[in-house]
Amino acid sequence: MADILRQTVAITNPQGFHMRPMAAFVEVANRYPACNVTVTRDGKSPVNGRSMLGLMGLVADQGTELVIEVTGSDADTALQALIEVFQRNFDEEGDSPRV
Amino acid sequence: MEIKRGIPVSPGVAIGTALVVETEGIRIPRRFIDKARAKDEVERLRQALTEAVADARANQDAISEKLGKQYGAIFAAHALLIEDPELIREIEQLITQKGFGAEYAVSKTMRRHAKALEALNQPLFRTRASDLFDIEKSVLSHLVGHPGDPLQDMQEPAIILAHDLTPSETANLDPKLVYAFATEAGGKASHTAIMAGVLEIPAVVGLGRLLMDVSGGDEVIVDGNRGVVILNPDEETRERYLVLQRQFGSFAKRLDELRDLPGQTTDGTCAQLLGNIEFPQEATHCIDRGADGVGLYRTEFLYVNKTEDPDENEQYEAYLTVLRAIGRDKPVVIRTLDLGADKMFHRADLRVEEKNPSLGLRSVRLCLRNLALFRTQIRAILRASHLGNVRIMFPMVSTLMELRQCKMILADVKEELDEERIDFNRKIAVGTMIEVPSAALMAAELAKEVNFFSIGTNDLIQYTLAADRTNEHVASLYTAGDPAVLRLIDRVIRAADAQGIEVCVCGEMSGDPLYTILLLGLGLRQLSMTPQNIPEVKKIIRSINIEEAKQIAQEAMRFETARDVNNYLREQTRRILPEVVVN
Repeated sequence: MADILRQTVAITNPQGFHMRPMAAFVEVANRYPACNVTVTRDGKSPVNGRSMLGLMGLVADQGTELVIEVTGSDADTALQALIEVFQRNFDEEGDSPRV
Repeated sequence: MEIKRGIPVSPGVAIGTALVVETEGIRIPRRFIDKARAKDEVERLRQALTEAVADARANQDAISEKLGKQYGAIFAAHALLIEDPELIREIEQLITQKGFGAEYAVSKTMRRHAKALEALNQPLFRTRASDLFDIEKSVLSHLVGHPGDPLQDMQEPAIILAHDLTPSETANLDPKLVYAFATEAGGKASHTAIMAGVLEIPAVVGLGRLLMDVSGGDEVIVDGNRGVVILNPDEETRERYLVLQRQFGSFAKRLDELRDLPGQTTDGTCAQLLGNIEFPQEATHCIDRGADGVGLYRTEFLYVNKTEDPDENEQYEAYLTVLRAIGRDKPVVIRTLDLGADKMFHRADLRVEEKNPSLGLRSVRLCLRNLALFRTQIRAILRASHLGNVRIMFPMVSTLMELRQCKMILADVKEELDEERIDFNRKIAVGTMIEVPSAALMAAELAKEVNFFSIGTNDLIQYTLAADRTNEHVASLYTAGDPAVLRLIDRVIRAADAQGIEVCVCGEMSGDPLYTILLLGLGLRQLSMTPQNIPEVKKIIRSINIEEAKQIAQEAMRFETARDVNNYLREQTRRILPEVVVN
């Protein structure tokens, strides 16, 4: 069994982890088909990182911490790219619509 | 199983498969498939998903270019939702394990998630439910192709569930294929409701949120007697309704046999049973049900959805159509225009901003402000009076002065016709509706100036209890059985009797079997109702003697709350005629 790479991200944005960054996150996850990506919110069962509905179900609003776990080949690059999604998209909030 | 309550507008009970008609009109043809075909069905699903994703991506590109990337991203999210592996797994499982058709499986799954999102109670996520509906629609449209108008294209019998149906959509329904329909919007007096009655399709309207909780293909029961819609009934409920359906069917058949018998009590007291109509074509329904005439001919249809007011001849022709169907001798009570200013869309000059339209410039008040319009209608009615037993009635009269103004205009128009040597019935009977509490209280005075009264219970209840029955928060206050309403009705009947003029009830109350004995016992000898209700009301009248009805009415008047009145009347009606359906 491959190693599990894990990183915690905090949602600092007032709008929470909403649909647009969620879509970006799934797009990135889909770029690494060999990886298994899950996202966990404290106390809940992990959801599939390629599932929009699963991510929506996390209801990750401001202040939530999410744990991203990646396994499989390229797991480290994948995790890095996924983390970047959070940084990138949440930086641009000012002029983007609440999709 | 889920039970929804709405407004019953057309009686009957139906059990069948839901055909959900959304704005885009996509229908779900089949609930189950042969399991041997599951593999093909999954293939069909995947194809449709691929196409729906392609659509979403194309939208993304188009919108990004037009409005900016961040807006296009909405559709990227849609594409990813359609590709959601968990979602696809769920849908495929329904197909392979439960034998659902692809459309049904998609609809079921999407609605389950939409509901879950709504339940999160997070404003931001709640609106996402509409994204899921959008996606559902897109996938379904790829699955079923573009079938055109689903209502016109029905192959199998079904129960139609829609947000709303237009009167023309309703009018074109095939009663052989449409077992029943139920809508989220609509009210009792809507044209859609009236058309349902005309077509004799059981119907419930005004259900509020419905489509969200149902998928095309679900089993549905529509109880048009009680205003109940049951989604996915359990076995016990289903059995109960199958029995009820049989009973209603055979009872309805027996009612048919009553057609040519008089509405007469066991001891020979006669009551005239008249029909309420709106469209001239409905006159034949009155005759089919053995009506003694038309007690209320609403003329609003002549004005609604028109680009200009109907001229005198157009109105005259409409009245003649009714007279031809009803015959020369039976009474036809034509009510002058009873529209609110808010409904006169085509007349910018009549449109006024009103904070409270039901207390505003409506009905006869509007006519008295627009004499040209009023006179044209009165001319047409008078001309028709020459060719049948036509009576004229003014609605919404709230003071004696208003009635006198109406009569003055009538006299003036008569004079005008005389000068033009146009024939009309000089002694045309003139009546006023009693539907405002002030008119009920002044009934003794009003009675001296007219030939008949017609009690419009719908408005009378609304104004007496200050409750709009389409407002769910106060609708429970609205009931004909309220003692305050009954006291007003009693007062009006006494005033009419004292003056020796006729009195009729033409609101829904008169067609509700729950109140037949009471109204009879209070002294009413004319009841005007939706033609479909006539046989049932007649059956009750023919099952009781007048003394007993009087006693029951007296007893009912002693109760202090609507609940006690209604319970008592229900008990008595069931005792006298067990097979009748009273709510």
